[in-house]
Amino acid sequence: MDFNNTNDFVSGFWSLYVIVITLVSVLGCGVFLLVQDKAMTNAGNTTGHVWDETLEEYSNPLPNWWRWMFYITVVFALVYLAVYPGLGYFGGSFGWTARGQYDGEMKKADEQYAPIFNKFLKMDVKAVAANPEAKEIGQRLFLTYCTQCHGSDAKGGKGFPNLTDSDWLWGGTPDKIKESITKGRDAMMPAKGTKPDLTDDEIKDLANYVRSLSGLSADAARVEKGKALFPLACAACHGPEGKGNVGVAPNLTDKTWLYGSSEDEIIKGISHGRVNRMPAWGEFLGEAKVHLLTAYVYGLGGGKDEPAAAEAAPAAPAADAAPAATEKK
Amino acid sequence: MLTHEKIESNVGWLIVLIVLLVSVGGLAEIVPLFFQKSTTTPLNELVKPYDPLRLAGRDIYLREGCYNCHSQMIRPFRAETERYGHYSVAGEFVYDHPFQWGSKRTGPDLARVGGRYSDQWHRIHLLNPRDVVPESNMPAYYWLDRPLKEPNIGAKMAALRAVGVPYTDKEIADAPAAVAGKTELEAVIAYLQGMGLALKQTR
Repeated sequence: MDFNNTNDFVSGFWSLYVIVITLVSVLGCGVFLLVQDKAMTNAGNTTGHVWDETLEEYSNPLPNWWRWMFYITVVFALVYLAVYPGLGYFGGSFGWTARGQYDGEMKKADEQYAPIFNKFLKMDVKAVAANPEAKEIGQRLFLTYCTQCHGSDAKGGKGFPNLTDSDWLWGGTPDKIKESITKGRDAMMPAKGTKPDLTDDEIKDLANYVRSLSGLSADAARVEKGKALFPLACAACHGPEGKGNVGVAPNLTDKTWLYGSSEDEIIKGISHGRVNRMPAWGEFLGEAKVHLLTAYVYGLGGGKDEPAAAEAAPAAPAADAAPAATEKK
Repeated sequence: MLTHEKIESNVGWLIVLIVLLVSVGGLAEIVPLFFQKSTTTPLNELVKPYDPLRLAGRDIYLREGCYNCHSQMIRPFRAETERYGHYSVAGEFVYDHPFQWGSKRTGPDLARVGGRYSDQWHRIHLLNPRDVVPESNMPAYYWLDRPLKEPNIGAKMAALRAVGVPYTDKEIADAPAAVAGKTELEAVIAYLQGMGLALKQTR
């Protein structure tokens, strides 16, 4: 359906209906004024009816400025209806449409901004990341479209990855970052991993083991029991050593935790699983803006160079000791 | 001939003529909208009647007065479409009774919020907006994480059917099961995530 054509009455009657009501009411006002004008002017003194024994009403002509303003509004209405849409199917001689005005606005903006966007689109992501002008544009785009989840400092939060460190769930190369922005990402950790019959006690053992992998305090007896369970429940995705796989499952041995590193949080994750999503922005933003955002994110500090390096499990210890949560549990 | 005196001294004539006068605008501007294809038929196959959970979420949206701060109407200006997406068109709202276009934006427009954030983001944000957007001045709707009580969902759908929403008997019969065991939070999120998808991928 062409939703821009709103002149789509179910029958031509309705166009005629609008035209007749509009013209009759506008012209009717003019005629009424003219008739009354004459009547009042001729009357000279009173309207002729009397209330409360002696109360009479004078019938003087309208003041001229008022009368002429009335006539001018009638003429204005007719001129307006002749040039702008208002009379049913008749679109007015100016050919104005809301859609046309919007398209004009967009075209003007395109002419102004397309050369800037295209200049950067032709450049390599790394080169764009190093360009101060591109960085400013990228930051504005980031603040408009990305901060709601990743934060204005891009450091994320619980459930929302930190983009400033060198730890990447889905890969930190320009291509991978661009893919994440364009197509979005869907992450799903199944409840109880690959061992659906895990008991609450076993989950606690696993949580302790996972904490021990990152050097966090853990109950030694439970760590031993968890270690035995890990290959059955977790290793299929997180790897035998818990170092994870980019694009598959997070590294459990580093200091970054997407959902937090407390025993409770880890138990919650194993018990109920985790579902998360980065929305796809490719269609909405278009290639040029995605390119600039890719470069901006790449340039935040954690961008990876070699595709080969990103394939290997990132052993990257987080540079800052602050509890920045990046890695998915 | 109706004279000035006759109109002023006969209340019947006065009523008839005043009603005629004030209805001119509505007759010319509102009545024809009921006879336009673009306002009465769904825009495309993505515009569907609300399923029971989204309908329940929509009622919570109304109950909490979300429309007081959020509009659902993207106007055809570049400044709006760059931020929110394609401008809103009438055919997207044919199943909204009443529509929630709103007229005030203390918060952002929500006409195309569907799919823009993850469910998890909405969960955090509705319970306490400051947890994800520190400068937000939206109130926290922390009570939404409670069981959804919708004993009349079938009746609501039947009422909507009476004003033209094409629910089937089976859909109405299955409605209570569809909302059973859900929370209010889940209903609101389901409603929000379905908003504006019909022109989501159109520039």
